[in-house]
Amino acid sequence: MSLALDKPRSPKRPAARRGNGELYSWLFMRLSGLLLVVLVLGHLFIMNILDGGVHKINFGFVAGRWASPFWQFWDLAMLWLAQIHGGNGVRTVINDYARKDSTRFWLKMLLYVSMVLIIALGTFVIFTFDPNISN
Amino acid sequence: MTSAGAPERTTTRGGGTLYRGDLGMWSWVAHRITGVLTFFFLFTHVLDTALVRVSPNAYDAVIETYKNPIVNLFEVGLVGAVLYHALNGIRVMLVDFWEKGAKYQRVMLWTVLAVWVVVMIPGFYFMMERTISDLVGGH
Repeated sequence: MSLALDKPRSPKRPAARRGNGELYSWLFMRLSGLLLVVLVLGHLFIMNILDGGVHKINFGFVAGRWASPFWQFWDLAMLWLAQIHGGNGVRTVINDYARKDSTRFWLKMLLYVSMVLIIALGTFVIFTFDPNISN
Repeated sequence: MTSAGAPERTTTRGGGTLYRGDLGMWSWVAHRITGVLTFFFLFTHVLDTALVRVSPNAYDAVIETYKNPIVNLFEVGLVGAVLYHALNGIRVMLVDFWEKGAKYQRVMLWTVLAVWVVVMIPGFYFMMERTISDLVGGH
C-alpha cells in the first residue's frame, strides 16, 4: 500500500492560472518602445524642427512624403506601434485607478474602440491617399 | 510599466530603503503623465491627418491652426513630453535588462534630464523661430 504524500514545500493550492499575458505586455512595451524612439523622434525632428518646422507642412508636403513607400511604411509602423503601445499604457493606468469594476470595464471598452477606430482610419488613409484629389 | 521606477537603494535615516516620494517615484509619475498626454494627442493627430483624404483645402485649413503662436508653444510642450518619455523609457529598459541598471538608475535619471535640456534649448529655438520672428518683425 502506498501513501500519497505531497512534495516538500508544495503549496496547498495550485497557483492561479493566469497565463503569460502581462509578461508579453511588459515585453511588448520595451520592444515597441525601442522602435518608437527612432520612429517618433525621427518624425518629430523632420516635422517640427527641420526646415522651418510646422510652417512648411501642407497638403503638398504630405503628398511629397507619401510618394515614397519608405515614408508610407514608416508612418504605418509608427501608427500601429504607437496606438498599441499607448493603448496598452492607458489600459495599465485604467487598471490602476478605476475603482469600480463597471468603470474599469467601460473605460477599457472606450479605449479599445478608439484604438481600433484610429488604427483602421490611419491605415485606410495611408493606403488610399490620392495626391490628385480635387479641392 | 510597474518597474518604471525601480526600487531604490537610497538609505533612509531609519536604515530602510526609500521609493515613495523619492526621485524614482517622480520619474514614474512623469512617465505616466507624458505617456497619457501623448496618447490623447495621437488620437487628434490621426483625425486631422485623415483630412488629406477629404480635400487639400480641408487639410490645409486645419494645419493652419498648428501654426498659431499659442498652438506652436503647445507643440514645444508635446515634443518635450515625448522626448522625456523616450529618454526615460530607455532608462527603464536599462534598469530592467542591464545588470548594473538598478545601481545606476539615479545617475541615469540625471543624465535623462541633462540630455533633455541640451536637446530642448535648440529644439525650442528651431520650433519657435518663425513664430517669434513673425511676432517681433511683423513680416
